[in-house]
Amino acid sequence: MDVAAIAFYALSTISIVSALMVVTARNPVHSVLFLILSFFTAAGLFVLLGAEFLAMLLVVVYVGAVAVLFLFVVMMLDVDFGSLREGFVRYLPVGGVVAAFLLGEMVLVATAVAQRGAKPGPAYASNITNTETIGRVLYTDYIYFFQAAGLVLLVAMIGAIVLTLRHKPGVKRQDIAAQTARTEAAGLRIMQPKTGEGISE
Amino acid sequence: MTSIGLPHYLTVAAILFTIGVFGIFVNRRNIIVILMAIELILLAVNINLVAFSSFLHNVTGQIFAMFVLTVAAAEAAVGLAILVTFFRNRGDIEVDQANMMKG
Repeated sequence: MDVAAIAFYALSTISIVSALMVVTARNPVHSVLFLILSFFTAAGLFVLLGAEFLAMLLVVVYVGAVAVLFLFVVMMLDVDFGSLREGFVRYLPVGGVVAAFLLGEMVLVATAVAQRGAKPGPAYASNITNTETIGRVLYTDYIYFFQAAGLVLLVAMIGAIVLTLRHKPGVKRQDIAAQTARTEAAGLRIMQPKTGEGISE
Repeated sequence: MTSIGLPHYLTVAAILFTIGVFGIFVNRRNIIVILMAIELILLAVNINLVAFSSFLHNVTGQIFAMFVLTVAAAEAAVGLAILVTFFRNRGDIEVDQANMMKG
């Protein structure tokens, strides 16, 4: 067995085992950490497939952003996660049956397609890197899709901000306009209290 | 053992996809794990796209994997934002009883 095969089996085994741990772990923090491991190993598989750019993208976007977002939310929400696992055993048989059928079907289809339906095209020119190949296609043929993806991210960002933004009443904030508009007459009062008396408000 | 071909990668992707679907089934009450299972499903889709792209020498699959990645990130952000809002309003995240919007 050559090195690529060993790497493939190691990476895919770790990826599958950690994916199983994601859905079965008792503690959601562990789930998130196993999700990160699963994405890391998937990035390794992408490297094996020769898609280095997407591997880097996976690490940066998922491990760097999405997983940290999950971690923040899991740790921020004060939820009793034990009570959320009550249905686990009850749904285990039906979930297992559905999963087994789905897996059997998909493996059959995948192997059939891979052996009969897939015909490789001409290989890339070997002096062009993966990133350059993607860039040449992405910024020409798929430029509108690229722009639309940017729009999707913008809408998601605005949506997330709008959903979670909350104006609390009774919080003291600096109001710069009011501060600079203050005049001597509005901000200052000169009084002459008598000796032994305070100022009655 | 033969060299690693397209069926191997497709099988790994199929297993990951199935684990994602299984996770949605068994964690019906815990919406955070459901969101993570959806991320696993999208990862399986990405592995499929990249495997076909690599073995058919066509870079379009990798472009689409990138778009799937974008949509997955947006989905995670909005989903978690909805989850935080839901938690603020209800004090828990039990989606079984999430029928506030029912008329």
